[in-house]
Amino acid sequence: MFEYAPAPESRSIVDIKPSYGLFVNGQWIDGEVRNKTVNPANEEVLAEVAWATESEVDGAVRAARAAYDDVWSKMPGRERAKYLFRIARIIQERARELAVLESLDNGKPIRESRDVDVPLVAAHFFYYAGWADKLGYAGFGPSPRPVGVAGQVIPWNFPLLMLAWKIAPALAAGNTVVLKPAETTPLTALVFAEICQEAELPPGVVNIVTGAGETGHALVSHAGVDKVAFTGSTDVGRAIARAVAGTRKKLTLELGGKAANIVFDDAPIDQAVEGIVNGIFFNQGHVCCAGSRLLIQESVYDEVLASLKRRMALLRVGDPLDKNTDIGAINSAAQLERIRTLSDIGASEGAARWSPPCELPDRGFWFAPTIFTGVTQAHRIAREEIFGPVLSVLTFRTPAEAVEKANNTPYGLSAGVWTDKGSRILWMADRLRAGVVWANTFNKFDPTSPFGGYKESGYGREGGRHGLEAYLDV
Amino acid sequence: MTATATSAALADIGRSDATLRAFLHGLPGVDQVGAEQRAAMLSTRSIKTSAKAWAIDLAIRMVDLTTLEGADTPGKVRALSAKARRPDPADPTCPAVAALCVYPSMVPVAAPELAGSGVHLASVATAFPSGQAPLDVKLADTRAAVAAGADEIDMVINRGAFLSGRYQEVYDEIVAVKDACGDAHLKVILETGELATYDNVRRASWLAMLAGGDFIKTSTGKVPVAATLPVTLVMLEAVRDFRAASGRQVGVKPAGGIRTTKDAIKYLVVVNETAGEDWLDPDWFRFGASTLLNDLLMQRTKLATGRYSGPDYFTVD
Repeated sequence: MFEYAPAPESRSIVDIKPSYGLFVNGQWIDGEVRNKTVNPANEEVLAEVAWATESEVDGAVRAARAAYDDVWSKMPGRERAKYLFRIARIIQERARELAVLESLDNGKPIRESRDVDVPLVAAHFFYYAGWADKLGYAGFGPSPRPVGVAGQVIPWNFPLLMLAWKIAPALAAGNTVVLKPAETTPLTALVFAEICQEAELPPGVVNIVTGAGETGHALVSHAGVDKVAFTGSTDVGRAIARAVAGTRKKLTLELGGKAANIVFDDAPIDQAVEGIVNGIFFNQGHVCCAGSRLLIQESVYDEVLASLKRRMALLRVGDPLDKNTDIGAINSAAQLERIRTLSDIGASEGAARWSPPCELPDRGFWFAPTIFTGVTQAHRIAREEIFGPVLSVLTFRTPAEAVEKANNTPYGLSAGVWTDKGSRILWMADRLRAGVVWANTFNKFDPTSPFGGYKESGYGREGGRHGLEAYLDV
Repeated sequence: MTATATSAALADIGRSDATLRAFLHGLPGVDQVGAEQRAAMLSTRSIKTSAKAWAIDLAIRMVDLTTLEGADTPGKVRALSAKARRPDPADPTCPAVAALCVYPSMVPVAAPELAGSGVHLASVATAFPSGQAPLDVKLADTRAAVAAGADEIDMVINRGAFLSGRYQEVYDEIVAVKDACGDAHLKVILETGELATYDNVRRASWLAMLAGGDFIKTSTGKVPVAATLPVTLVMLEAVRDFRAASGRQVGVKPAGGIRTTKDAIKYLVVVNETAGEDWLDPDWFRFGASTLLNDLLMQRTKLATGRYSGPDYFTVD
């Protein structure tokens, strides 16, 4: 039997400081309130991090305003582009360090942080660097103006990638930013602050304030913020929408999802199974656009399910820094609890629960990849976002029924269609109420492609030419 | 579909072009992008220390050491026979390879050299590598190789017939050659580089298995595109599904272009995670290669001693 020897990536490439402050106006300042960030794979404390208070957030917004007025908004686009290109190149140079740090702080496997997250982060900066001097050609008038100061709050599932999605277009369009990373995953954002220093970005253009919900609330409700961008849960998104309502602030929200991954009987089955696995177990299912509802055409149900189970038995759960790991740790104890609660509800509602035999580490936050079969639209696990490696399997009989079931959700962020028939892909894509429809693939991201949701999945688009709109006065 | 087919039903598929077409074109398609991504993902598995040592020894035991040159002579074949029996004369713990693969004319030379060694003797018959000869010539070629002592026959399929949809012609030919093989194992070379699409690779794999092939093999090594990881992945999926449908296990042999230990290990990972550990055995998976062996020996020595030895420390053939 082929037992792969452990192949852990060395963490010596990362120099984690015992304590981090706030990055404001190009400098590090101590915060008043301190908290710890842990490695979810073994609960080891990684560093102490400041949680910014209201007055500290105020200082960051003022710094951003001053940098906006004095430097960044006046700078020609081609000059801003140089800074963005420089940041992109430093990210590439420090790619390994960033990947290891991301896996340490977030729990995601190094295979994903190394091969997906960090390359995409660099790609976003390169892409928007290209737009900085071409804003007049983006379709928003001949000389669109920046909005001002952007207050940005990002989640813990893709800490560095979400930072790139927020900061790159904002800076390219001429805005300055105050960004708050999630309280459980602040470290790569703090290294990004170092990268801004290394790139000699003018002080105040990028400010990083770490902290939890209160810090975020102080930021989005600050009167000096012109534009709020948020990625995270629908509940928090609602609260932000309320806080921003009635102000002149622009707002984009990228919230939860409960995507349908639809497999037709003429699909390339082996690749569809890969797509199902990638759709729900990528990043431990901590993906807002995860394909968490699998809709299989009844005529191939047995075949697809058997293949899926066989494939799931191969998933390697464990040390995120091991290069052979497929599924890492759940990001926090609180999230693990939520996944457990919703899974138990699924079982108590009568769905059949199955996980491959797999040994989970003793310490840290872990959840085995799980599928529920016999799920119907009436089950809670078919309606609520679980945000973990839990897949609900449903069936359908006709294309129309697939569309009806796929759209029968409060969310609308993404969907997947698996079929060999090109005309059916187009027919489905026209009817699915989702921001992204993947055809014969899933969870594929590209800086040139806009991303965003319908209904409770939020509004606004990030990425591509469309992603500039949120950061321009149009 | 296939999962519910019985053996009798499977045997019946070969009765006409129409039934073969209906079956082969009813197989699930292969998405090119997805298959290549899966193979690329498996290539990033990190195999080292004990896992690597295990994989190298297994890979050596899976090598079909091959010489298929117009310039082959008895001397060359005898030398390679010795190498097949004892790949590393300096290290008695090094296993022998699976088989020696030669042209039919060289089988009489190799047979006495390998007798009793446990190393199989494979021969490429059926008008290798083009396959463009009348059936009775191919059958004579096969019988001659078996009579001279080959216990494994590598046949090429008629790609022209396959590509023009004459599936039954290909099927009947494989059945006939299998019959001519007697007790010898039949490896069916699909020449995947000439089949062009993964859908064709999957169909040809099933066709060869339905017709009774014991192994399916990627390439002759005589066309520009030989074995690739995604093609091998598709073939492994086919043997896995075929066993589920028929209960019969068929082996897989990528051949041509696999030169380094690193590449060989990638193939083993794909075997492990596609068909499963039942195929991680020289009876069910082979490498058709001539230069791979020395790299395996070099990496094996490196693992044992911690140092690389120069090429002169390993025999040329």
